[in-house]
Amino acid sequence: MIIALVLIGLSAVLALGIGIRARSGHEMGLEQWTVGGRGFGAALVFLLLAGEIYTTFTFLGASGYAYGLGAPAYYILAYGTLAYVISYFMLPAVWRYARRHGLVSQPDFFAHKYDSPALGVLVALVGVVALVPYLVLQFTGLGVIVQAASYGAIPKAVAVTIGAAVVTLYVVISGIRGSAWTSIVKDAAIILVVLFLGIYLPLHYEGGIGAMFAAVDKARPGFLAFAATGKSVSWFVSTVMLTALGFFMWPHSFGACYTAKNAGVFRKNAILLPLYQLVLLFVFFVGFTAVLVVPGLKGAATNMALLKITVAAFPPWVVGIVGATGVLTALVPGSLILMCAATLFARNIVAVLRPQSDAQTVKLAKMLVPVVAVIGAYFAIKGSDTIVALLLMGYSFVTQLFPALICSLLARSPVTKAGAFAGIGCGVATVVYFTMSAETLAKLAPGWPEWLRDLNVGTVALVVNVVVMAAVSAVAARGRVAAKAAL
Amino acid sequence: MKGIGWLAILPFIGMFAGPIFHNSVTPFILGMPFILAWIVIWVLMSSVVMAVIYRFDASGGSDQ
Repeated sequence: MIIALVLIGLSAVLALGIGIRARSGHEMGLEQWTVGGRGFGAALVFLLLAGEIYTTFTFLGASGYAYGLGAPAYYILAYGTLAYVISYFMLPAVWRYARRHGLVSQPDFFAHKYDSPALGVLVALVGVVALVPYLVLQFTGLGVIVQAASYGAIPKAVAVTIGAAVVTLYVVISGIRGSAWTSIVKDAAIILVVLFLGIYLPLHYEGGIGAMFAAVDKARPGFLAFAATGKSVSWFVSTVMLTALGFFMWPHSFGACYTAKNAGVFRKNAILLPLYQLVLLFVFFVGFTAVLVVPGLKGAATNMALLKITVAAFPPWVVGIVGATGVLTALVPGSLILMCAATLFARNIVAVLRPQSDAQTVKLAKMLVPVVAVIGAYFAIKGSDTIVALLLMGYSFVTQLFPALICSLLARSPVTKAGAFAGIGCGVATVVYFTMSAETLAKLAPGWPEWLRDLNVGTVALVVNVVVMAAVSAVAARGRVAAKAAL
Repeated sequence: MKGIGWLAILPFIGMFAGPIFHNSVTPFILGMPFILAWIVIWVLMSSVVMAVIYRFDASGGSDQ
């Protein structure tokens, strides 16, 4: 137990060290702290964007989801690929516009495109709200790791608090350069660990991957295909679409694409990144093997599946290495999310409402970092959601930005600023309603056909969003034509 | 998005067609349940499709 905790502590110290080194030689102005002075080549942008693929979400969330629900976990492999296909066409246009106008953040983009500071504030609010569950899931992951590596000696609340404190320290010290460089260490570590676990565990316990799946199918018939109701094929298709469209709508991913040196980077990445995420397959292998080896975990405890089977199969020093890798997978994205939420709030909400200098904004952002961390830690300690459920909640929010964004890239957009504002507002309100009331379509409309009732509620909100956006835009455009005619 | 760019629809059709038309554990492919294997195949195919688009796209990689 001691050795496991020591290794985990060392990984956190190593990450802090890299952060401090990466910072040296770069003056930490707003542009440097958040977009690295727009000087990142293909490799670093690749890693920042890929930082999305290998987070606590993949490591603990995907294995836990495979363990708890079976086939629905496959969506995690599908959506990233489709998101990269979309990114091939979308990101170069976003990047070019952002560079031409010297934009730093996602709300800048909306505010500038639609010539509406108010829309920028709304987009920033949606971003901050969506980032909270994303941050909560990274902290939840950190908590799970520390708990498991201490073999239960450190309780959840303490574990989460330690995790949140380390992430906060890391962000204040390093900014985005630290994140990019730590990404390299993190990705190398996670690929090695996941390949090892994903090949060794099925082999060790069941004699091979094929034998393992056959055993799971025998123990739990139907577990490896989609259910007829609930998380059915219709849930899969709607969830994959929702998350693929929302993938680059996260304020930190959107912002990360500004760091590229040129637009070609995204086109090449669209070919390579799908292959890069095949490592997820081995995460699934671990989760499915855990079904046979450490059965009985329910609800939020499924987050523990990967670590439980590791503890069952290996001596403490291996648990330490796996845990240390887990810490890095939470630290890098956690720091990006935290930095992004604080910057959004300081720069795109406060500074718009009450103009201030850049220096004041950076200072405010850095002060907000611990505040946001405390909020995240609070929900991580109180909450009892699975990691995947938390991310899906965040996705329901950010994907609401997609329709207005994609329309703004058209040569002649039919969408007006009022339409964009109303669409995003109504979409988000729909998500809030479903989240707060814990309603589902299946409960609201029991008479509807099964495939409609199983749709991810985020896609329902997206439909509301598009309909409102189109209607308000049409009315606004007619108003403008009428006003012109009257002149 | 014109011409060759329309090929980008293939990954979407491919990814969803398997689960929609054959939501089943069997046949196992390379030891994996059918749907999982199907999705893996389409991850690989998507990369190929994007490489083809990149190769023939007039603006591919050349712009700054």
